[in-house]
Amino acid sequence: MEWRGIAASSGIAMGPAFLLKEEKVDVQRYEVNDIEQEVKRFEEKVKQSISELEAIQQKAKEKLGEKEAQIFAAHILVLQDPEYIGAVKEKIQTESINAEAALKEITDQFITIFESMDNEYMRERAADIRDVSSRVLKRLAGIEEKSLEDFNEPVVLVAHDLTPSDTAQLDRDKVAGFATNIGGRTSHSAIMARSMEIPAVVGLKNILEGVEALDYLIVDGIEGVVYKNPTSTMIEQYAIKKKAYEAELAELAKLKAEPSITKDGHRVEVVANIGNPNDAKVAVANGAEGIGLFRTEFLYMGRTDLPSEEEQFEAYKQVAEMFAKENPIVIRSLDIGGDKELPYLDLPKEMNPFLGYRAIRLCLDRTDIFKTQLRAILRASVYGNIKLMYPMIASLQELREANKILAEVKQELDQQNIPYNKEMEVGMMIEIPAAAVIADQLAKEVDFFSIGTNDLIQYTMAADRMNERVSYLYQPFNPAVLRLINMVIQAAHKEGKWAGMCGEMAGTIPAIPILLGMGLDEFSMSASSVLKARSLIRKLNAAEMKLVAEKVLQMETAEEIVQYVEQEVLEKIK
Amino acid sequence: MVEKVFTVKNPTGLHARPATLLVQKASSFPCEITIVKGDKQVNAKSIMGIMSLGVRQGDEIKVVVNGENEDEALQAIGEILESEHE
Repeated sequence: MEWRGIAASSGIAMGPAFLLKEEKVDVQRYEVNDIEQEVKRFEEKVKQSISELEAIQQKAKEKLGEKEAQIFAAHILVLQDPEYIGAVKEKIQTESINAEAALKEITDQFITIFESMDNEYMRERAADIRDVSSRVLKRLAGIEEKSLEDFNEPVVLVAHDLTPSDTAQLDRDKVAGFATNIGGRTSHSAIMARSMEIPAVVGLKNILEGVEALDYLIVDGIEGVVYKNPTSTMIEQYAIKKKAYEAELAELAKLKAEPSITKDGHRVEVVANIGNPNDAKVAVANGAEGIGLFRTEFLYMGRTDLPSEEEQFEAYKQVAEMFAKENPIVIRSLDIGGDKELPYLDLPKEMNPFLGYRAIRLCLDRTDIFKTQLRAILRASVYGNIKLMYPMIASLQELREANKILAEVKQELDQQNIPYNKEMEVGMMIEIPAAAVIADQLAKEVDFFSIGTNDLIQYTMAADRMNERVSYLYQPFNPAVLRLINMVIQAAHKEGKWAGMCGEMAGTIPAIPILLGMGLDEFSMSASSVLKARSLIRKLNAAEMKLVAEKVLQMETAEEIVQYVEQEVLEKIK
Repeated sequence: MVEKVFTVKNPTGLHARPATLLVQKASSFPCEITIVKGDKQVNAKSIMGIMSLGVRQGDEIKVVVNGENEDEALQAIGEILESEHE
């Protein structure tokens, strides 16, 4: 059996399926005769659950740090809570009922209290309690959790969807690949999979329903196909394909220390997009010449409160120190809101989160959060070639407002005699069509632009990139999009500034010749695309690509453009 | 029995992390510790109790301690409530 989806992360993975599926326990209420035995059974399962949580806490501590592991300390305390656990035992005793029913009824009482509280953060704690109690319920029902540790070989994760924090916790040694029902090439799990170099196919629609635990799966992240229980001939063929893919990677690896330079000597930068210091390691290993986009929001996600200045400073400094002094590290200030929520900020739900209170809009309003981050970035700027970049700027006023706050923070640091790089470059993302249209004006007040194509395309085409029904409008090669991109690059150059691109498009093979021809100075992409992009750039001629770009800008459809580049450029250098 | 009123200084109030610290500290003492906010009172050794109070920064909290090492316990709990760190 096979499923076709979207190739989200390249490579081939084979292994037994591991299903991430919520098992529902159906709780029946019945009378028990031996009450003491029932209380004892309950106590034992609680004890077992606590030791499981302790093991998870230990692992989280090693992988994510002390602070992140503390949430599990709270979960353990819930199972040690005299009022909660005591109330369950009392209910078993006074009503002579089974532990499952007593646990469920007491848990529901507490959940009602938390859910009725006027604070979203507290309402969310109801989910924690549900999570902890369902662990005990499952143990009472005799369901034992399979852990990734129980497998001798890496597994293929199969899930409806993977949240960013799920993906961040994936252990690359234990997970060969993953396959999900929903998602697209630009969904966060796909982006994370690429940066972690785990082969992945997403948007498979109903794979979770069609696979059972331990079914043998092949995930073809190159073609976007997943096969269940393939024949031995197929496994052999795929083993060969996997080897060929790895050989190609080895060939590309030779370009790691080489410059990204065209045949006629035009040099550009090929850098990587990252979410955390771990990704930066992968970027270095893949020969990135720096970081073109450090998505700082991952420092803020999957936790219970804001990261401190010190914590952020350490993360930025750590990334800067992984690269040579001259390599650029572009740090994007907080881009939260939209599809990336922070429960602890208690933001109201919006009708159109992508058009709402997010990114720079939130930062200009919550200057406390913004200033803490700016201080951390400035302080880290003495450790490398750090540059600051604002997301989602829509107008000149917003840019000036952000720069005003930056100036205030600099002044504070001066007063405290805290060193920072006074020459730190400050740029902005171009991801709103309004910003692209006034790029000539904006270029006078920034040091650089970075074009964020994922959002620029969705806003230009007015098509939600997460909505599968309008995904046909997500067209990087649409003439309207290409013209906007060209406008932005030319506007930057006219003012003597540089222009980069940090969207998925910068790493897309047919886009590279066009962007090179338009004069793009910096290409930022998933680490896994860096060497492929460099290899292509080294085969191209910049003067010729200028003509290609000019020609393409006159074409009428995305199909025509892609076909032209494939036939006239890519075929010829094969 | 000893008691004292404290003002919560932690910017996040008594969310999961500070609540965890408070319960861990309270559980390390043999005495009975009760936290009172308005007309609600809960056992300081119960994380569910503490969190269900929904304490925010600036709230006034009365701590009542009864039993062995009560002075020491009152001081330790007060330090957590008045800590400005997250």
